[in-house]
Amino acid sequence: MDTKSRDLDISVIMEDLAAEVLQGSVRAMARLITLVENEDPRAFEFLGSIYPHTGRAHVLGITGSPGTGKSTLTDKITSVLRQQEKTVGVVAVDPSSPFTGGALLGDRIRMQRASGDPDVFIRSMATRGNLGGLARTTADVIKIMDGFGKDWVIVETVGVGQDEVEIAKTADTTIVVLAPGLGDSIQSMKAGVMEIADLYVINKADRSGADALVTEVRIRVEQDAQIKEAAWRAPVLKTVAVEDQGTEPLLEAIENHRSFLEQSGRLKKVRREKTRQETLSLLKEEISHNVLEKILGNGRFDDLIDDIVAHRKDPYTSVKEIVTTIFPDEE
Amino acid sequence: MFDKKKLETIKTEKEQWDCGPVEKTCAKFPERKTTFTTISGEEVERLYTPLEVADFDYDTKLGFPGEYPFTRGVQPTMYRGRFWTMRQYAGFGTARETNERYRYLLEQGQTGLSVAFDLPTQSGYDSDHALSMGEVGKVGVAIDSVDDMRVLFDQIPLDKVTTSMTINAPATVLLGMYFALAEEQGVPYSKVGGTVQNDILKEIICRGQYIYPPLPSMRLTVDLIKYCYEHVPRWNSISISGYHIREAGSTAAQEMAFTIANGITYVQSCIDRGMEVDSFAPRLSFFYNAFTNVLEEVAKFRAGRRYWARVMKERFGSENPRSMMMRYHVQTGGVTLTAQQPLNNIVRVALQTLATAYGGAQSLHTNSYDEALCLPTEEAVTVALRTQQVVAEESGAADTIDPLAGSYYVEALTDRIEAEIDDYIKKIDAMGGTLKAIEDGYVQKEIQDSAYRFQKEIESNERVYVGINRYTMEEPPPTNLLKVDPKQRDIETEKLKKFRVERDQKSWKAALDRLDEVSRTDENVMPVVIEAVKARATVGEVCDVWRNIWGEYRPKEFV
Amino acid sequence: MTGKKRIKVIMAKPGLDGHDRGAKLLARVFAEAGMEVVYTGLRQTPEMIVEAALQEDADVVGLSSLSGVHNYFFPRVVELLKENGLDDVLVVGGGIIPDEDIPGLKDSGVAAIFGPGTRTEDIVKFIVEKVSRN
Ligand code: B12
Ligand SMILES: Nc1nc2c(ncn2[C@@H]2O[C@H](COP(=O)(O)OP(=O)(O)OP(=O)(O)O)[C@@H](O)[C@H]2O)c(=O)[nH]1
Ligand SMILES: [Mg+2]
Repeated sequence: MDTKSRDLDISVIMEDLAAEVLQGSVRAMARLITLVENEDPRAFEFLGSIYPHTGRAHVLGITGSPGTGKSTLTDKITSVLRQQEKTVGVVAVDPSSPFTGGALLGDRIRMQRASGDPDVFIRSMATRGNLGGLARTTADVIKIMDGFGKDWVIVETVGVGQDEVEIAKTADTTIVVLAPGLGDSIQSMKAGVMEIADLYVINKADRSGADALVTEVRIRVEQDAQIKEAAWRAPVLKTVAVEDQGTEPLLEAIENHRSFLEQSGRLKKVRREKTRQETLSLLKEEISHNVLEKILGNGRFDDLIDDIVAHRKDPYTSVKEIVTTIFPDEE
Repeated sequence: MFDKKKLETIKTEKEQWDCGPVEKTCAKFPERKTTFTTISGEEVERLYTPLEVADFDYDTKLGFPGEYPFTRGVQPTMYRGRFWTMRQYAGFGTARETNERYRYLLEQGQTGLSVAFDLPTQSGYDSDHALSMGEVGKVGVAIDSVDDMRVLFDQIPLDKVTTSMTINAPATVLLGMYFALAEEQGVPYSKVGGTVQNDILKEIICRGQYIYPPLPSMRLTVDLIKYCYEHVPRWNSISISGYHIREAGSTAAQEMAFTIANGITYVQSCIDRGMEVDSFAPRLSFFYNAFTNVLEEVAKFRAGRRYWARVMKERFGSENPRSMMMRYHVQTGGVTLTAQQPLNNIVRVALQTLATAYGGAQSLHTNSYDEALCLPTEEAVTVALRTQQVVAEESGAADTIDPLAGSYYVEALTDRIEAEIDDYIKKIDAMGGTLKAIEDGYVQKEIQDSAYRFQKEIESNERVYVGINRYTMEEPPPTNLLKVDPKQRDIETEKLKKFRVERDQKSWKAALDRLDEVSRTDENVMPVVIEAVKARATVGEVCDVWRNIWGEYRPKEFV
Repeated sequence: MTGKKRIKVIMAKPGLDGHDRGAKLLARVFAEAGMEVVYTGLRQTPEMIVEAALQEDADVVGLSSLSGVHNYFFPRVVELLKENGLDDVLVVGGGIIPDEDIPGLKDSGVAAIFGPGTRTEDIVKFIVEKVSRN
């Protein structure tokens, strides 16, 4: 086999990559996801064509400490959804090594019950340096699966500690998975995590300490509810994912949350907020990209720095001046 | 062993030697490396003296062969009475072909048989199963039914040989067939002797032939042990295996530690099922590796024997010395053998055999020089067997017991490995036992990290491996490799088709129904398994009964 | 944006073969070389391997086999890749594979076979050179 540049290939089929995704090409979806992951500028165009077809999938986020059983649960939830003849996309995120940039993507191996089923699409993603438990482009990948027509998109976050709350901004329903014996206790839980959970799962209920953990979390949820009025009170469920125990009640709870979101009008509100956030950050990126290119491109910036270093100019006024030159009609 | 004053003098003298002659010599001729380590990474000092074994107490540390703590061996006369059993692991193709290899080996002076099954059999699939595609008879013999078992032991009287069977997840089924065959041959159960591996924990850790989740798997394991204790007194009902752990990449100390940890779990499971420790423990046996670093291996074996004896006595309150004896089979280190310059492997195996003899094993398989190329050819197997015979008959290693005892180095290393075993056992206990440590991937991770470290040492040339990173040469491609007929599956499939039609459907069906019923209770499955295979149920059919009840297991695989 | 590109590898164990020391070692080595690696685990059918390659949009499929089943599994994987339009995926293999089988495997579309004793850095080099995604 000769050396081939896959880039060339992509440009060949590029023209209708989005169309192919919308027509149900798994291959095109996989390829487009790669473009998006690579933050290839060509991807935006395709995302643009796909966008009108998104918004239909229910996005389920699964987060929790390493090894709590997120992947196993994802596998079981997928099975139940498949029994209901729902199509499923899974995005499983694992961390990239900060030193080498490489990654071992270990979630897929836990999700093999779905293998051979054309209506399940699993994609592993590396964080590529992004903090927060997801890759920078995970939200876009979800959109691709959504646009492709998946009824559900399940997102498994990186299992690292408890600061990873980005998932809540991305998912409609967020599950926080805890397990006994993994140092998961309420004391160690940061407030952030409590705020993002729409549902708690105490997995590995076959291990000792599960009931205590359930009680602990329930008490905490109660306490929180008293401090802060909330329309939704996160239920706490027990599962034994390896033995497929508790999966169906879990799915019912997820469905309840989904109906709550829809009936209370929350879904609309939340999605509007998400759209706002996303659009805003796209805008910021676009602006800073364009502006910086202009400023850094012509070498004048270095001269300016010289002036500032020499105290001939001050940075505050200089920055204002630059912006006024680029957006003259501001004021 | 030494009095305080003497030790003081030695200490002063050693310091003088270090600062004097050693320093001078090193200044002129620096040593080859700054630190020396065994293949397992144990640091090795320049010189061992009484100082390293200062608190050595002969009676507590060594004692006498055949006596607690068995450091020096499990029998009073060891190889002066009888050599270790020479047992070459073999199997490929059809039962007929393997039978021929067995009879050849017996004629060549081999003293026991060891059955290698193909992967479908080991995974509980019949030869005609879709997942057996391409695998039938490839790396072991294909056994589907008691008919195949009969051919495998054709003209081999089961009361005259002892047989070892490397079978784990479906151990009850294959052993059931063996017992059924013994009955056919008119050999009473009391005269049948041998070993079945039956060690599911290490399958999950590093060998990959598991079928059911851990708990039902453990139930099968214990059912088999219990049945043998009650009915087949000469049968070693489990071979708790460190061999594979080492092959997968562990160090010597890890090999011993994780095997003992698994052993503890099996003993506890048997006790939990209501068995007296001294009823079944005398039939527990072990299986280890032997690498080329002779002294480290010897220390490992001695440390392991001593530690196990203490575990049985102190942790489980055993009172029968036979329960405290770690009796074991050894296979030389397959992974130490190279595809490059394969004849060098003969030398490696010879050293490993020596380590095994010095270490006091009960039986041994020596690998063939073509290990890294293919299943062994007859010629290569013969050399491997002869290697054992040379060591046994000519080296003198078998003429006195535990000849390396008292070596400052060997005793110090024995102590050190024992301490490492102890650390691991404590750590695993703290995690809640082996099952949890395996489930969380701890044991696997430790092994893989060692494997990775070793590879890096080779690739950075930190450790020299002859023919791999030094003393390499251009070679013509190897010739004379053993080939297994790729049409095997068709042959077996045809055979099975006929077999399935010709058997008595009613009794076959009834036996499987009965198996299903009993498997759902706490009753021992062994008797009904034996009935089922006599009623001509196949390995796959029996295993499917359990797949239906317990499901299939996919352990977390860690990288 | 070239800095964002990563070589994606599926490391697979086809069939019932339980020898995973080499495959796991390589998965780790590849990740350390900056690649994104999906290790499939044991007991993979060709269909499962190709499905993973398809969904993950892999650049490379690595097949490790030590139980003498390569002549059945490797060509089957290549064939299925092609059927799924993945003909540009680099397929490499290793394990216990007799020299005499290598030409046949190469004819079927396997780019290279690496045997026991190969330095892992040589394998990395080969892959990086072949998958030039600049
Ligand atoms: C270690 C080992 C085991 C261990 C495996 C532990 C583990 N978790 O991996 C244990 C003890 C469990 C084992 C068991 C068996 N083994 Co074994 N085993 C070996 C041994 C000694 C070394 C293999 C090894 O790990 N080497 C070290 C690693 C790092 O090297 P490697 O895998 O070769 O990988 C290198 C290259 O090959 C290459 N490579 C490998 N894969 C890939 C993939 C890609 C994509 C690339 C690019 C490169 C590449 O790169 C690596 C780096 O250099 C070999 C013989 C030998 N010396 O090679 C026999 C051997 C493979 N085993 C053999 C057999 C028969 C078995 C059994 C089936 C026996 C039986 N009947 O029960 C069992 C069953 C195992 C099972 N469940 O499938 C035979 C296979 C015969 C054949 N193919 O015809 C061999 C050849 C021994 C022999 N001559 O009989 N085994
Ligand atoms: N005892 C028990 N073990 C479980 C259960 N669920 C999962 N496990 C085991 O826990 C381990 C981790 O499971 P995963 O599903 O990979 O966990 P994860 O949260 O996805 O892990 P990371 O992605 O690595 O953070 C595996 O060995 C599972 O078999 C359970 O309910 N009970
Ligand atoms: Mg996971």
